[in-house]
Amino acid sequence: MRTFLLYQRLLIKMNDLNDISLSEIIKLVKSKKISSLELANHFINNIEKGKKLNSFITTCFDQTIKDSKNFDKKQNFDGLLPGIPIAVKDLFCTKNIKTTAGSKILENFVPTYESTVTNNLWKEGAILLGKLNCDEFAMGSSNETSFFGNVINPLENNLVPGGSSGGSATALAASLTPATIGTDTGGSIRQPASFTGTVGLKPTYGLCSRWGIVAFASSLDQAGPMTKNVEDCALMLEAMSGYDKKDSTSINKKKENYSKNLNSSIKGIKIGIPKEYRVDNMPEEIEQLWKNGIDILKKSGAKIIDISLPHTKYALPTYYIVAPAEASSNLARYDGIKYGYRSKKGNNLIEMYEHTRAEGFGDEVKRRVLIGTYVLSSGYYDAYYLKAQKVRKLIKGDFDNSFKEVDAILTPSTPSSAFKIGEKANDPISMYLNDIFTVPVNLAGLPAISIPAGKDHKGHPLGLQLISKELKEQKILNIAFAMEKEINFKQSLNRWWE
Amino acid sequence: MKDKFDYFIKTENNKWEVIIGLEVHAQVTSKSKLFSSSSTKFGEKPNTQVSLVDSAFPGMLPVINKFCIEQAVKTGLGLNAKINLRSIFDRKNYFYADLPAGYQISQYKNPIVGEGSVTLDMPYGTKKVGIERLHLEQDAGKSIHDLSPDNTFVDLNRSGVALMEIVSKPDLRSPDEVNSYVKKLRTIMRYLGTCDGNMQEGSLRADVNVSVRKQGEKKFGTRCEIKNVNSIKFMEMAIESEAKRQVELIESGKKIEQETRLFDTKKNETRSMRSKEEAHDYRYFPDPDLLPLVIKQSFVDNLKNKLPELPDKKKERFINKFKLTPYEANVLISENNISEYFEEVIKTADIKLAKNWIIVELFAVLNDKNLDIKDSPVSSKNLANLLNLISSGEISGKIAKKVFELMVQSGDEPSKIIKDKGLQQQSDPKELEKIIKNVLEKNFDKITQYKAGKEKLYGFFVGEVMKASSGKANPKLVNDILKKELKK
Repeated sequence: MRTFLLYQRLLIKMNDLNDISLSEIIKLVKSKKISSLELANHFINNIEKGKKLNSFITTCFDQTIKDSKNFDKKQNFDGLLPGIPIAVKDLFCTKNIKTTAGSKILENFVPTYESTVTNNLWKEGAILLGKLNCDEFAMGSSNETSFFGNVINPLENNLVPGGSSGGSATALAASLTPATIGTDTGGSIRQPASFTGTVGLKPTYGLCSRWGIVAFASSLDQAGPMTKNVEDCALMLEAMSGYDKKDSTSINKKKENYSKNLNSSIKGIKIGIPKEYRVDNMPEEIEQLWKNGIDILKKSGAKIIDISLPHTKYALPTYYIVAPAEASSNLARYDGIKYGYRSKKGNNLIEMYEHTRAEGFGDEVKRRVLIGTYVLSSGYYDAYYLKAQKVRKLIKGDFDNSFKEVDAILTPSTPSSAFKIGEKANDPISMYLNDIFTVPVNLAGLPAISIPAGKDHKGHPLGLQLISKELKEQKILNIAFAMEKEINFKQSLNRWWE
Repeated sequence: MKDKFDYFIKTENNKWEVIIGLEVHAQVTSKSKLFSSSSTKFGEKPNTQVSLVDSAFPGMLPVINKFCIEQAVKTGLGLNAKINLRSIFDRKNYFYADLPAGYQISQYKNPIVGEGSVTLDMPYGTKKVGIERLHLEQDAGKSIHDLSPDNTFVDLNRSGVALMEIVSKPDLRSPDEVNSYVKKLRTIMRYLGTCDGNMQEGSLRADVNVSVRKQGEKKFGTRCEIKNVNSIKFMEMAIESEAKRQVELIESGKKIEQETRLFDTKKNETRSMRSKEEAHDYRYFPDPDLLPLVIKQSFVDNLKNKLPELPDKKKERFINKFKLTPYEANVLISENNISEYFEEVIKTADIKLAKNWIIVELFAVLNDKNLDIKDSPVSSKNLANLLNLISSGEISGKIAKKVFELMVQSGDEPSKIIKDKGLQQQSDPKELEKIIKNVLEKNFDKITQYKAGKEKLYGFFVGEVMKASSGKANPKLVNDILKKELKK
């Protein structure tokens, strides 16, 4: 018997852990075929070899090893993530571990508290590997705005991983972490998932607590899982979500068993196809991807219904008023007084503020703070912010109307595959356009998942997005689960960075 | 007391009417802050009552303190105001060292309390002052500039403490009315237990809006706002000096600029703080971290049912039931503790005696010793006992005053003091007769004058008798015996 176990352990190591899912890893841990320490060492090794990707801002390996040893000693397998090492986006505050939000202004900020969402993961048995790179304050779609440098897509060394959860997407795709979490304000989980051939879910606004997450735009921010497949996604969502009385916008409801209730039978389900998502200049490949998705759903017994979301075209301008407005206010606290970076220049309070914020924030953050300040200014408030809030209601109304008819909506996740580093860096508008399919969902507070659905002619992954009404995460997980089986997407990474 | 309103800035050719509106900031009586669980205790060491929320750490979120909502609603009910079942918290954005988040959470367009009113008792009659609104907001921290020549220190203990901003309509017309208005607000809030009104601790402050117009004009003049005045006396001074400044400007042909001013208490003048052009653009917008505040009518009704008797009602009752004058009633209801003391005393004692003794004797002592009535050395029970001794004729009013003095010193019960000090009334007719006869013998000449018609001398005889008895003689018996003796 003993020799048999030993033989099995050997097999696992040969059978590369990089190619298996979180759920499979958990099975190995639960059946004691691999220890938490062995897992930790494996991912630490991967991270060390993956430095070129620049996906980590901070690692805490000593603590990881210590925690995994502790886990192995206690062997408590009750949690959803028993002894699983996981890296998280550096927007989640982690107790005693530096949390930067990708910004110089928080370069040396060490929280004394743990975000609710990460705390939920640790309660389920997970162990922290480190903090993942992201766009500064989650403002960006390519991870090029990070003070800690851009992240590289493991597909090719000149490609962006998307953003703002770019570090999370790269680390996941390159198997530097078996699963991860990101935040999504306008597509920051789904777009990088689409760019790296992974699964990303933005939950209903209020499903995951925002407490302890560095805020970008409070009415849009939502944390969510990023994983290698849909089953893992269900599991991670289950682990991280839940009511939190410390967040006034948190939804007070019973926790759901997304993983247990995962079911690929979607016969008779009604899927809406919004005509407004056929945007100008959309590459033929995306059109084809969408069509394939529709075909797969039909084959699985779903009913396809053409729908209209007439205010879609206003979503992007609305988003780029609401999000910067909230951000301009949320980022006012970074003033050099209480914590974070403080400039040595300036002869009085106002000058100190000016130098601190001029030196501490990057260009994209400054751009959005300026836009936000402008749209809230007296005399402009009604024309911009107030109008944007009205349009936001109309966009939400479009979705509400559609969901009277359909169970879910299928769209492409992004209008293109991953673009080249620097390609859009000097063209903010074309960068913003990348969020065109993801932004309406945040404005409406709905859940949406992006799953890898194919590749373009360059072999780069493309994602499809499923949207449902509030709190119907299980529904889109099930549809995604069914589609995943049919699509059978294969990631092919040659680990060129190692 | 003037029985006619007469507050104008009078110049050679004109009479100017002064228009005043107040924004009173009242600290909500609550153990914890508006959006965090930190303590609100006053006078603690700097930065010891500060949570991660109060100091605006990344990712921290506000959660409304339900008790503060109750307090605001109660206050609104006390101001006869409309309670808004849906209100919204907004962010008021500005940078300052003692404002950690870079914004203050306040209520802008949708306050929790709408229009109401307060009734003032002025010497020239009652006056109704309109309330525009009441909203909840956070206090900021405190910047301390005088501890070091090069540095400013920041104390965040106050940061996040709940304030109610009560905005009046521009209905006030004189410093006296402002005095009366602020005191009335304070009385109402103290009755309700929603604000302790302690101005020394900064629990009650006001921004004062002042404008002037010629008597008889309909249109308001341009107003100036005097920020953050923290005592009623200073409010009165600031209004007077600001109104005069405005009149002088206008009469010399200049224009009033709408601006924010500060009151310099030492120089007794206001000076410009910032002009309209320099005014902050606060970029108000609904705080996305907080959902609109929705309360149920039943929540309001429940609070309404539990409201204590408010000053106006109590005053009416005191006047009708106890036959007090409006002045007496006002004095006795000015504090809940005072009215309670009064009602306690009159449970056993005579109302007329009680009101006089409390308003005259007791208040003199309390003022002198700077004591609250709840710390009075003379308890309501002891005072009632004393008054009953007067009513039953056991001691004279004069002795009673002596006993009262001793009660103030010792806190003892009156009968004990009377016994210990031998202050019982001399009511033995034989003894009194002896004293009276003695007095008359010594003043034989005056008896003749009295009998000749100089009746005023009667009082002289009584006085001499009282003197001879050290004031202890029973006045009624003295009267009887003296009359009898004088007839002889």
